[in-house]
Amino acid sequence: MTPRILEVRKKVLNKNDELARSLRDRFHEANVFAMNLVSSPGTGKTALLQKTLAAMLAQGKRVAALVGDLETDNDARRLAESGAPVRQIQTHGCCHLEANMIASHLEGWDLGQIDYLFIENVGNLVCPASYDLGEDIRVALLSVTEGEDKPLKYPAMFHSSDAAVITKMDIAEACDFNRETAVANIHSVRPGIQIFEVSAKNGTGLDSWIGYLTSAWETRFHP
Amino acid sequence: MHELSIVQSIVETAVDAAAQANALRVSKVYLKLGVLSGAVKESLQFCYSIGTLDTILEGSSLEIEELPVKIYCATCREVRELPDIQRFRCPVCNTPSGDVRQGKELEIGSLEVDLP
Repeated sequence: MTPRILEVRKKVLNKNDELARSLRDRFHEANVFAMNLVSSPGTGKTALLQKTLAAMLAQGKRVAALVGDLETDNDARRLAESGAPVRQIQTHGCCHLEANMIASHLEGWDLGQIDYLFIENVGNLVCPASYDLGEDIRVALLSVTEGEDKPLKYPAMFHSSDAAVITKMDIAEACDFNRETAVANIHSVRPGIQIFEVSAKNGTGLDSWIGYLTSAWETRFHP
Repeated sequence: MHELSIVQSIVETAVDAAAQANALRVSKVYLKLGVLSGAVKESLQFCYSIGTLDTILEGSSLEIEELPVKIYCATCREVRELPDIQRFRCPVCNTPSGDVRQGKELEIGSLEVDLP
């Protein structure tokens, strides 16, 4: 027996990537703008989504959400209070969402009735970076309590994002939050991306965040 | 820690490729790992011996080639290697750039196999 070198040249996450591509095609056929929200646990993804869903519904937008957690459907119940269609993805220990979880949780939903699909990933700034979910944009969240250097500590995630949201701006002063440093750090790992400074609690910055999403939908589907 | 599920994907891909070539055994898996891939070399190595148990890869070694980030600098009109991933700027002229040309890889380059 002779050892031989066998050329393979295959992406390890090929299956996930292929499934993500087919999801993306389905979303685009149905004019669904999909967003993948990523952050540490406790940054306020669910709080931001609660306010975002309610505000967009009030504007007559057709929104829906999938929300990932290791256990419990608490977040889905919180988000469903808005009146939007919401489903919980319980990963039972898995630290990130994968494309197959999105596909299976879309079953039974008519994508023709949805314009904006929010996917709230599992709270984790490492693992979700590797998995494409078929989203149009990935949004990284950072709260003022976490420290301005978080983007430098988790560069792969911030680098892979298309926009960033700084949350909990209502307590920025109490946390001695330095916004210039945070913005510079985000732009250091991902030059030029848009950054929104919001407070889900008092509504600061929600208008410009929602305006960004709606104009992104327009650009994508009615250019 | 998602390296075990990545190792499972490595095993699936390698088992398929080895079976297609009628390989009897896989002795080495050569992996290209970009520093922006989101996977950690040490954790992959740690999970590898567990993930390969009871497969044609059992006992094989995982040879990881780490690839640094390379960006295209529009000012220099050159592809430049970055010394770290905290600063996406040209190391020569300091122009910011998000135009990544290398560093996101997570792929199997080749296998060393025993053929009949």
